[in-house]
Amino acid sequence: MSTNEKSGSGGLSSPGGASVPASRLVSSLAPPGEISPADIDRSCCVPLLALLGGAALWLVVGSVLGLLASIKFHAPDFLANCAWLTYGRLQPVADDALLYGFCLPAGLGVALWLLARLSQTPLRGAVVPIIAANLWHLGVFVGLMAILIGDTTGFAWLEFPRGGSVPIFFAYLLLALWAVMIFAGRRERGLYPSQWFLVAALFWFPWIYSTANLFLVAWPVRGVTQAVISWWFANNLLVVWTGLVGVGAAFYFLPKFTGRPLQSYYLALFGFGTFILFATWCGIPPGAPVPVWMPTLSATATVLFFVPLLVISLIGLRTVWGSVRSRWDNGPFCFIGSGMDFFCLSGLMLVAMACPKISPVTQFTWFGPAETQLRLYGFFAMTMFGAIYYLLPRAVGIEFPFPKLVRVHYWVSLLGITLLVVPLAIGGVLQGLKLQDPNVAFADTTKAMLPFLRVSTLGLTALLLGNLLFFVNVLGLTLRWKLALLKQFIAFVKSPLEPGSACASLRPDKEVGA
Amino acid sequence: MKNGFLVFLASFVVLGGSWCGFVLAPVLQLGGGKQTAILNSSDLYPVNRPGQANQGLQVYRANGCAACHTEQVQQSGVACDVVLTGAGKNPVAVTNLISSLKLNGLDKDLADALVDKITAAGGKAEIHIVATGPDIARGWGRRHSVAEDFLYDDPVQLGSLRIGPDLADVGTRQPDANWQLVHLYAPQSVVNDSAMPPFRYLFKVQKIGSAPSPDALVFPKGFGPPAGYEVLPTARAQELAAYLLSLHAEVPLHDAPFSQPLAASKP
Ligand code: HEC
Repeated sequence: MSTNEKSGSGGLSSPGGASVPASRLVSSLAPPGEISPADIDRSCCVPLLALLGGAALWLVVGSVLGLLASIKFHAPDFLANCAWLTYGRLQPVADDALLYGFCLPAGLGVALWLLARLSQTPLRGAVVPIIAANLWHLGVFVGLMAILIGDTTGFAWLEFPRGGSVPIFFAYLLLALWAVMIFAGRRERGLYPSQWFLVAALFWFPWIYSTANLFLVAWPVRGVTQAVISWWFANNLLVVWTGLVGVGAAFYFLPKFTGRPLQSYYLALFGFGTFILFATWCGIPPGAPVPVWMPTLSATATVLFFVPLLVISLIGLRTVWGSVRSRWDNGPFCFIGSGMDFFCLSGLMLVAMACPKISPVTQFTWFGPAETQLRLYGFFAMTMFGAIYYLLPRAVGIEFPFPKLVRVHYWVSLLGITLLVVPLAIGGVLQGLKLQDPNVAFADTTKAMLPFLRVSTLGLTALLLGNLLFFVNVLGLTLRWKLALLKQFIAFVKSPLEPGSACASLRPDKEVGA
Repeated sequence: MKNGFLVFLASFVVLGGSWCGFVLAPVLQLGGGKQTAILNSSDLYPVNRPGQANQGLQVYRANGCAACHTEQVQQSGVACDVVLTGAGKNPVAVTNLISSLKLNGLDKDLADALVDKITAAGGKAEIHIVATGPDIARGWGRRHSVAEDFLYDDPVQLGSLRIGPDLADVGTRQPDANWQLVHLYAPQSVVNDSAMPPFRYLFKVQKIGSAPSPDALVFPKGFGPPAGYEVLPTARAQELAAYLLSLHAEVPLHDAPFSQPLAASKP
């Protein structure tokens, strides 16, 4: 492993505010040889493989479908005879495959591992998270198929009907329960900032998802209240949940990569507080046909969202300050560093869209999707890639088969995100200016967007390529792990005289120091 | 941090606050949604869509039309137009007076003053309230969309991206069911270079039997099925068309008033 394995918890600060590198705290607290970080990593092995392997597959599925949907702009007749593949179904399926197929399980896996590490507690009863992970992926499969056959609920980012939403809800509950149990059994009473972020996220999703499903699908409320709740839900999932998990992970990894403690504890507390205070109120678009106080309040909160954005970027900058060069030799650091950059950029776009001078231009244009793509791909997926490249080999105890591809994946993703987001954002502003001018025929606004959409299709192609590289590495690692299991099993069968040792090594969570 | 518990308690309150604000409060405020009176009339608005149109909303949902279309007309404000209703005894003077004045897009005070002037010159004039803004000028509706418009919709399909035009008032703009069906079957046959994908799977093509069926689509010249064949809408296509025809944003309401005929529709 080339990356520096410093300590179990990045950097802890004492309540007095002085930052203490965690390595010292940990070595003084944990009696040597009791539970090593490696034990904790290994205890998460199979649940992580189940969560992240499926996530990698959905990521590829989502990018293929997204690419197909995007081609329809250049050729509206493309695949037009097939009801399943009409644009209005493909696009939400691609979005949901990315969000529910990749982002959520990846975030859950990373949160599980981070909480185990930060709590210095191994994961016990791995069967339950393994079952939950499979239930999750099953739910995603059912949900996506349901959209394709036209059974969507019709609410953006909440398209899964019951057959998909119920399994993923319970799978989430189980996974979150296990993560919280690890957290509750932590050995260090004091909390590291990442723990606030992650536990808040674990807790928030069941709340918003059950609210949205009960009020919109099970017993639908009347009229535009539906729209308000669906905006609230989408914002809290896309901005708040991903923000909590992504920033929580970055606050763990950045100090670890730079060897500098998080700068600083109280700033992080302030950032966390203002983030959940303001970000949870964003999402009601200006000009929506609802009572005026709602968009007004929401726009105010969105403008104030600038504060946590500033604080979080300040923390990130001060933590990596001086270590920028070491970033380029460290694959995971590249990903997470860029993830934080894009967190700030997409946040700025969000704030801009709420400003009264800008919102009439950007509303209903491609600027919005550009922001969402930047947030999901640029910020969240990149952060998760970095985290997964770091933690998966440790959890499984096996290296990625193609470590060189990590850097290639990084650059291809960066290229893809740029080609996807920049044209959509610029094109969106142009489109908005044209839509604002009633003398420009509507057809011209569509036509003007075409060159930008062409480039964004290229961007999606690059992203697909990058995601394939990621998938190949995760798949290769899983195959290696299965092969190793098989070898051990054969060894076990061949040597019945020493059953104890071979049997023990078949169970990954008992594989001490292998 | 010893105060971990405090952090979680505070987070719980903050998160719960947003739930109260954007879930509970809207349900309480709008949940019992009632019809409102139409401006200067005793009729109530809205009335439920006819059954077929309501089923059409489900076709709209299932095919994800909201991925490309919004159903929310925006408005930047209101203005007053002064309309001459009678020239009176001295038409020349009145005509001379108004020919040098701006009559459209005035604020209330200016319009009042103008009406006074015209009355003083012997003419008769009244003030019409009009909604303003690019969407209105495009002919996408006579006023902005309001909560009442969606009272009976489930799911409410406001949309967020305008790859295609806003549809809140498309029933007024394109009231012909055949046009809607032909447009769904082959958008490019009625709109040059349309970027809308065709929805051919909502139709069936069949050999014309002993007599052409009355439901068959009527295509513009140069389009349509090969000779001897006809295109029939499925039940879903008919429902969808009924839904599109039921989309209107042309009823004046207290919170979205206007009193002026629709501006000419721009392509
Ligand atoms: C890929 C995006 C896309 C999808 C999906 C889409 N449309 Fe369109 N739609 C457009 C575009 C672009 C136009 C403008 C060109 C035209 O009029 O054909 C349009 C125009 C229209 C119009 C004419 C509006 C007017 O002002 O004349 C109607 C009606 C319409 N669409 C209905 C639908 C329905 C119903 C669906 C779902 C079954 C749908 N659209 C799905 C892109 C889309």
